[in-house]
Amino acid sequence: MPSYWIAVLVGSIAVFSWKILGYLVPARIANHKEVVILAGKLTVALLAALTAVESLVSGHGVVLDSRIPAILVAAVLFWRKAPFVVAVALAAATAALLRHFLGWA
Amino acid sequence: MPKSPKSAVLSTGIGVGLAVGLYGISFGALSAAAGLSLAQTQVLSLLMFSGGSQFAVAGVIAASGPAGIVPAILSAWLLGIRNGFYALRLNGVLGVTGVLKVVASQLTIDESNAVSAAQDNTEDSKRGFWITGISVFVFWNLFTFVGAYLGSKAGSPNTWGLDAAAAAAFLGLVWPRLKGLQSNFIAVTAAVFTLLLVPVLPSGIPVIVGAPVAVGLVYILKRTRIGARLKEADHA
Repeated sequence: MPSYWIAVLVGSIAVFSWKILGYLVPARIANHKEVVILAGKLTVALLAALTAVESLVSGHGVVLDSRIPAILVAAVLFWRKAPFVVAVALAAATAALLRHFLGWA
Repeated sequence: MPKSPKSAVLSTGIGVGLAVGLYGISFGALSAAAGLSLAQTQVLSLLMFSGGSQFAVAGVIAASGPAGIVPAILSAWLLGIRNGFYALRLNGVLGVTGVLKVVASQLTIDESNAVSAAQDNTEDSKRGFWITGISVFVFWNLFTFVGAYLGSKAGSPNTWGLDAAAAAAFLGLVWPRLKGLQSNFIAVTAAVFTLLLVPVLPSGIPVIVGAPVAVGLVYILKRTRIGARLKEADHA
């Protein structure tokens, strides 16, 4: 899929642009507290939106399938401070088992 | 014998690198399952080198295919903003010039900034940044390769629950940031707005519209009485 190279390369340059920009801005303009807080809020919002889409959306609609119990398993594990990899793997296993044994979507 | 500060920074940096690097397995597997090649997956870890942004690229492309290319780039870009703020801080600490500035930029991520910021003197701050940055970079790329290899052998991603793994990965990334009423409010609002936009906007776009709108709403609410309560309950 050569077209995905556009996403990989342009995306990488886009992410790097923020990093290098931070080193090029003069220090006295840099530490504006409001802007730092805004970046934090935007990060929370984007990650939450991505979580919602990845757990509920299929095509152009909201769909309830095996991802729901899987994400609940992950939520409990994150709440119990399980390691990231463990929570992600058990979420995948939950969905896979429900699909395999119960024929869930 | 108590550890000297120098070796404490070293072991913290390497420990963080190993722990974070392990997520690279999930990224590699998801990216391969999304339809990105092994090379594309590895280049993301080498060049983009920012977990949230990389998961966004893989997640959006998994959901939308080639139509997701532009939204994938925009989501990755928006999620990368915070690295810019770490860079502002680190520029004052590291005092790097020339090529080292470019190298430091690439290694500027959540973890290298966090370990650096946790040190109580400039020498250890510098050391913490470099050790953590290099160690995360090495382990993240190594485990990306392992994950991508396994993911490419796995067959249909949904059979293995890799779509659910993607959802869980984003939940895991947002979880530590959900501290306080205000961040919870932003998270829920962003999720709801985004889901409402799903039927009406092209694939991938709801996230990059819904999230900023939710943040904007918080700034508007702050001027009202409800907002005053949000503010009181949360100083973050």
